[in-house]
Amino acid sequence: MSTGEKYLWAAYLVVFATVLLYVVLISLKVGRLERELAALADRAREREAGSG
Amino acid sequence: MSTSLRNNGAALLSLSAAALLVAGLSLAIFWAPEDADQGISQKIFYVHVPVALTSYAAFFWAAWKALRLLWKGGERYDLESYTAVHMGVIFGILTLVTGSIWAKVSWGQWWVWSERQLTLFLILFLFYSAYFMLRYSTDPGPRRARTSAVYALFGVALIPVSFMAIRLAEGLIHPVVFKRDGPDMEGSMFFTFCVCLAAMLALAGALYLIELSGKRADASLRELRERLA
Amino acid sequence: MTGYVGDVAALARKDLLVELRTRDTVPAMLLFVVSALVVFHFALPAESSRLAASGMLWIALLFTALLALVRAFVGERDQGTLDGLILAPCDRSAIWLGKTLSVLAFLLFAEAVALPAFALFYEDVTWELVAGLALANVGIATVGTLLGAMAAAARARELLLPLLFLPLAIPLVVGGVGATVADDPGRYLAFLGLYDLIFAILSWASFEYVVTE
Repeated sequence: MSTGEKYLWAAYLVVFATVLLYVVLISLKVGRLERELAALADRAREREAGSG
Repeated sequence: MSTSLRNNGAALLSLSAAALLVAGLSLAIFWAPEDADQGISQKIFYVHVPVALTSYAAFFWAAWKALRLLWKGGERYDLESYTAVHMGVIFGILTLVTGSIWAKVSWGQWWVWSERQLTLFLILFLFYSAYFMLRYSTDPGPRRARTSAVYALFGVALIPVSFMAIRLAEGLIHPVVFKRDGPDMEGSMFFTFCVCLAAMLALAGALYLIELSGKRADASLRELRERLA
Repeated sequence: MTGYVGDVAALARKDLLVELRTRDTVPAMLLFVVSALVVFHFALPAESSRLAASGMLWIALLFTALLALVRAFVGERDQGTLDGLILAPCDRSAIWLGKTLSVLAFLLFAEAVALPAFALFYEDVTWELVAGLALANVGIATVGTLLGAMAAAARARELLLPLLFLPLAIPLVVGGVGATVADDPGRYLAFLGLYDLIFAILSWASFEYVVTE
């Protein structure tokens, strides 16, 4: 592989890696949303049990 | 499957982005001719320039949403403008990195001040990083929304002004030594470039919609928590 | 329209009067700009060209302007007088124009000391430099006042303003340094004028959105 080719692949890989990194960040965010939503659902259930 | 696709712009855009990216990169690697002067490394062009144009598009989209916010009001425009700036900065960083790689392979240096687009993106990167600082250190509310919107509008005024400034500074600080090929591309090169540009725009659009729904979910969750508390 | 002009004049005069009584901005600016010029002498290597000194002068003035801009709204904010200003029965943009004029006056004071000091320590002051400064002052004051109002609503005000201001000031530095050192200063002066026009209109139109709750 020539030097030019190496740099070309590096440039393409950087874009690819950034998109993957974004997927990681989004998955972390979805996980957090899921946990918080579950906590809220718990609280709503408790409240229903308390009032009913 | 079909109904969920129709109702979900993000999924549709992601699919088209995937297809266009595969097509664009295949065209760039296997079909587009090698540049006579720069050889194979010229093909960084097919990722660098579309990414840069996508970044501009995101900044203009953010300013458009900001204008709508100032004109009509409405919380949703604030989130949309913010998300668009977010996308613009991500693609701006990609522009800086790919441009830096191109500078290295063309001129043997990671940074070249005479490369106008790179310098402009550095300024824009600093400017829009301050946007995040502004947002994070101001309390949420309509005033923050309007302040951020005004700042986003200043951004699109800054783009042409900075570009002129860089052109003016070039003759001053050091002579223009390096010149990249102008728009005199072959037809096949131009077609490949267009496919890659469409791919990047679709990718940015998909990421924008995903990020936006994430931010909206966050906002709803916060509201729900306050009401349940 | 006399009402508008009258409001602007009253607001600018108020800032100048406050400064005349408290004297907490202009003396600091004067001392800062002279100190900066002295420090730059030691930062410049002995064989560096006279062009470098001109560039340094612009940096010194830019940072001196930041002092005035931080004071412009942070002072109001700290004393709780900003809300009074906003509630005053006048056009919001008149507040911006009044502040811009008072910041401009502070800048002129600082430059009235900085330019003789520069001439004494480094190089002669040319008419191109003075013309560039006059135009750049307008840009600094218009944009800086708007950004100062933005930063005043934030938590880390003094920290935030330079971050917001410096990227926007890059074109001003290019135009100013170009006007000072280039053979054809006309292009750079025209560019500074264009910058002033664009950002003055933008700031004037958008100030109201930034300050109202």
